[in-house]
Amino acid sequence: MSDQIIPILMPKWGLSMRVGTLAAWHVEEGTDISPSDEIMDVETDKIANVVEAADGGLLRRCVGRAGEVYPVRALLGVMAPSSVSDAEVDAYVAAFEMPEIEEDEDTGPSYEFAELEIGKIRYTERSRDGVPVVLIHGFGGDLDNWLFNIDALAEKAPVYALDLPGHGQSVKAVANPSLETMVSAVIQLMDHLKLEKAHLVGHSMGGLVAAQTGISNPKRVASLSLICSAGLGDEINAEYIDGFVFAANRKELKPKLKHLFADESLVNRSMVDDLLKYKRLDGVQTFLEALKDNMFGDGKQAANVIAGLEALECPQQVIWGEADAVIPQAHANGITGATVTVVAGAGHMVQMEESSRVNECLKELL
Amino acid sequence: MARTLSMKDAINEAIDQEMGRDPTVIMMGEDIVGGAGSPGEEDAWGGVLGVTKGLFAKYPNQMIDTPLSESAYVGAAVGAATCGLRPIAELMFVDFLGVCLDQVFNQAAKFRYMFGGKAETPVVIRAMCGAGFRAAAQHSQMLTPIVTHIPGLKVVCPSNAYDTKGLLIQSIRDNDPVIFLEHKNLYASECDVPEEPYAIPFGEANVVREGGDVTIVTYGLMVQYSLTAAETLKKEGIEVEVIDLRTLSPIDMDTVIESVEETGRLVCVDEAHPRCSIAADVSASVARDAFKALKAPIEMVTAPHSPVPFSPALEDLYIPSPEKIAAAVRKTMEA
Repeated sequence: MSDQIIPILMPKWGLSMRVGTLAAWHVEEGTDISPSDEIMDVETDKIANVVEAADGGLLRRCVGRAGEVYPVRALLGVMAPSSVSDAEVDAYVAAFEMPEIEEDEDTGPSYEFAELEIGKIRYTERSRDGVPVVLIHGFGGDLDNWLFNIDALAEKAPVYALDLPGHGQSVKAVANPSLETMVSAVIQLMDHLKLEKAHLVGHSMGGLVAAQTGISNPKRVASLSLICSAGLGDEINAEYIDGFVFAANRKELKPKLKHLFADESLVNRSMVDDLLKYKRLDGVQTFLEALKDNMFGDGKQAANVIAGLEALECPQQVIWGEADAVIPQAHANGITGATVTVVAGAGHMVQMEESSRVNECLKELL
Repeated sequence: MARTLSMKDAINEAIDQEMGRDPTVIMMGEDIVGGAGSPGEEDAWGGVLGVTKGLFAKYPNQMIDTPLSESAYVGAAVGAATCGLRPIAELMFVDFLGVCLDQVFNQAAKFRYMFGGKAETPVVIRAMCGAGFRAAAQHSQMLTPIVTHIPGLKVVCPSNAYDTKGLLIQSIRDNDPVIFLEHKNLYASECDVPEEPYAIPFGEANVVREGGDVTIVTYGLMVQYSLTAAETLKKEGIEVEVIDLRTLSPIDMDTVIESVEETGRLVCVDEAHPRCSIAADVSASVARDAFKALKAPIEMVTAPHSPVPFSPALEDLYIPSPEKIAAAVRKTMEA
């Protein structure tokens, strides 16, 4: 079998993905694909996204048909240089073992729970050697906000993503829902996992948490990547924050979530349902209201970490979605000395909407 | 990894968590501690199908096994509710409601109204409902219309384990009498259910499938059957929206009307008999409030106006099937 043959597989986005629909091909047989070219659209019950090529090559076969559902890691296409014969390509396709739909929940990475002083914290882990990356989600989010980033970053470094207290499946009874509590949760988890030092990556409120974690514990931070981050200016879209906190049903919540994306069609019913399910867990409503009051009371951001960041000696970068409707993109330029990347065509959830661009930036600092 | 749970276990977990949270939550019923074949109290089976298994060992002071007297213990539960407890009374089958109906519709349902809003009756009456269990005419009925008809009662009939846990917790915390009906043929159906407690508000229908051609409005076991029909119809190019009412009182007609205004076609699916049913109720409301949106006559798919047959062959014919639902949808498309 020629080792010049490169398969194109159904990606796995997040731990719950079992199958995906190949919605459309953007390339056809005979196309010369370069790395990061958009090659196909894939949809799951959670989200739709465009898949970019990890490797380049000549597309010889489109095995997957548009509109069909395939299990994760199913063979969808084959790339190979023209020196490889059609017969060899056909043999490769014939010999490829199509994976079964994963039923066994023990295969692959899973969610872990740590019992910390602050309470139960959920996290996920991709281990390997090197200085680890810790991913910190934003207000009302959870570790699945890093769906399109975790595995890409894990190619270069160990990756950890956590649910902050009050979020996802972490502890909901939090005595003092504040920035200090969030920072302390990150440090407690790093201690628990024996992570001496980490590259901290934070999105939105998680950016503020990452920054404050670094400022309070400079020896624990290898670098800081702040994505559409809080803590870099006064303004925040209070209509979004209040709307998210007080939305009581799907009809109220859905229009608020549209603030998060440049492409509003990404807000599908599964996303709204999952957030509603989270908001309805005992304790979450009280928690979110208190956290909002502490962090974004009176429609303004309470914390500003720019001075602290400028005094902190570690590589820092800021990444922003050009169309961010939650925190103004102008905040990206606040930190002297930090690298700034503004990503076109993306909103507040830039790490989901333009994941490969964001992953490139994040890998730069690893 | 998200955890899956059966509807039966979701009921158990909801009661377990609420009893743990609030010692005024008690449960009364026949064999809820023991049950057929039970060797002893500590490892007892827990009801007809084992729904309450393990709860007595955990909450011995909150679980009360009663004599075979629905009229006595349902009345006691209603009275206890007015005096500060939050009782859950279990009728093995909703078919047994007849012998305690005065306690339910003349007492529990009326207290808040007749005492000028000064009395609250936070009682939950749980019961299995529905056909398909080969349990004959006295253990198989879908009596949702009878209880939905009574002002002062809230009526819940969930279609999956996630909704069951959240709606049962809401029922226990609610300050009014709630009739909570569990389709016995859904007890084994599983889905993702959070371990933490959560409450789903009443009066919020769930759009379980989106589609632009025809709206199906249903609840309970018929949600699954309607989804099966929708899958078949998709292959024929018909996109069906399926609305799970979840609670029948209060009922979320806004969601129904909004959907029919988009699709212009309505099929009401109800496992109850056709006369004065939930299907008839929804049809009447839509005919009044969204008549101009309708492109075809409303179709109803229901059980016939007959008792549930004991003959398995006839019982299968009695229950609305995915095929009958699909046929009704096609009929609205042809009109």
